Amino acid sequence: MSRPEDILPPDLFYNDTESRKYTTSSRIQKIQSSMTHRALSLLSLTSPSLILDVGCGSGLSGEILSQDEDSGTPGGPHVWIGFDISASMLGVALEKEVEGDLFLADAGQGVPFRPGTFDAAISISAVQWLCNAETSEESPAGRLSRFFNGLYASLRRGGRAVCQFYPKNDLQKKMVSSAAVKAGFGAGLLEDDEGTKNAKTYLVLTVGGGDVDGDITGVVRGMEGVDVMDERRRAKDRKRGEDKKGSKAWIMRKKEQMERKGKVVKTNSKYTGRKRRIAF
Amino acid sequence: MKLLTLNFLTCAIKTCKSSPASFPLHPRDAELEVVEADLNLAFLKNILPRLMWDELRVIASELGLPALPETPPSKADLSIPSPTAPAPATTLQLDPEAIDAPENPPVVESDVEEETPSQTAVDLHRILLETCITEGKLVCGNCGHEYAVKEGVANFLLPGHLV
Repeated sequence: MSRPEDILPPDLFYNDTESRKYTTSSRIQKIQSSMTHRALSLLSLTSPSLILDVGCGSGLSGEILSQDEDSGTPGGPHVWIGFDISASMLGVALEKEVEGDLFLADAGQGVPFRPGTFDAAISISAVQWLCNAETSEESPAGRLSRFFNGLYASLRRGGRAVCQFYPKNDLQKKMVSSAAVKAGFGAGLLEDDEGTKNAKTYLVLTVGGGDVDGDITGVVRGMEGVDVMDERRRAKDRKRGEDKKGSKAWIMRKKEQMERKGKVVKTNSKYTGRKRRIAF
Repeated sequence: MKLLTLNFLTCAIKTCKSSPASFPLHPRDAELEVVEADLNLAFLKNILPRLMWDELRVIASELGLPALPETPPSKADLSIPSPTAPAPATTLQLDPEAIDAPENPPVVESDVEEETPSQTAVDLHRILLETCITEGKLVCGNCGHEYAVKEGVANFLLPGHLV
């Protein structure tokens, strides 16, 4: 299947015809709405909040955010602010007269809001666009880190963000989640219908707080097939657990490594790795 | 663009991030419009502690709106505890005429267990969520960069060297 990210940059790909196609297709509408509902349930908002919609496009997800509790939006109606890089998409949103405020902005250039602005952030099928850089001045890693750093700052403490995206491969999935973790988020990756063609990847991010176990977000607790990545903890553990060079444990580990490689290694004895007496 | 949003926007340029002058962005040649919206008392209460009131006053005066009181209203001011109690004394002295709005602010029906929004809440709702900038420019106080606003959509795309 062709990926639109590989064809053109988002501002050019979503031109007037493509934006209209995207917005009027009932199939896309249905998928977007189910993903938005899923993301909202992951955000678990209880009261009307200020929400950032990254890559809001024509406001398909924003329309759901503006709905009230009776229409299936928990805690709604929310007030949302959305930005998108495609002017045509925003044009369609203007025609539909969505309630949220719209911006023409590139998420890869950061999030221009003062710290602690939003209660939550949502992003439906947008983050994969950040994995491409269109000029040699930029890099996907730089774009991702600017976006997540900006997002981290603009969310209030205890806030949450859910980013649904289509990773091209595991590498891209890792690149996105590690960029989020580096920015300071607690990150959990959730996959619906894993392994099928309809697989949906949600990156659940939290700001501040955190439990002892790896599952900081709490939303994936008790769910099957969920990987929890915590880069900070892994780095700390590695540092503590690493053997000092020259110690007995280090020598044993090295010998084991060599043995696995098929090298000839002396058998271990009680003298292996023992300290020598000082000669004088 | 709502004035609420303007109260959270900063300049997007990297070198402005550390400067306090990059917030708020100052509207210039702005055309205002009032878009009716439902009053959401729970949201107002949620957002109230996060508002930068002084900056909101500055922007309101730059836009030629009636002056806001010096101190922000408290959460208690937003609702009338019981229907018989008199309205709080610290109402925002907003004249709806000044921003070509309908004469009577919409009467909002509240749910059975919820409190009734006070005049303060109605005024706050009007200025934050119903007053929108449709055309004009937003200017950063630090670097002087101008962000164009067209049909209520601000353009925050930056050339590569400013990111």
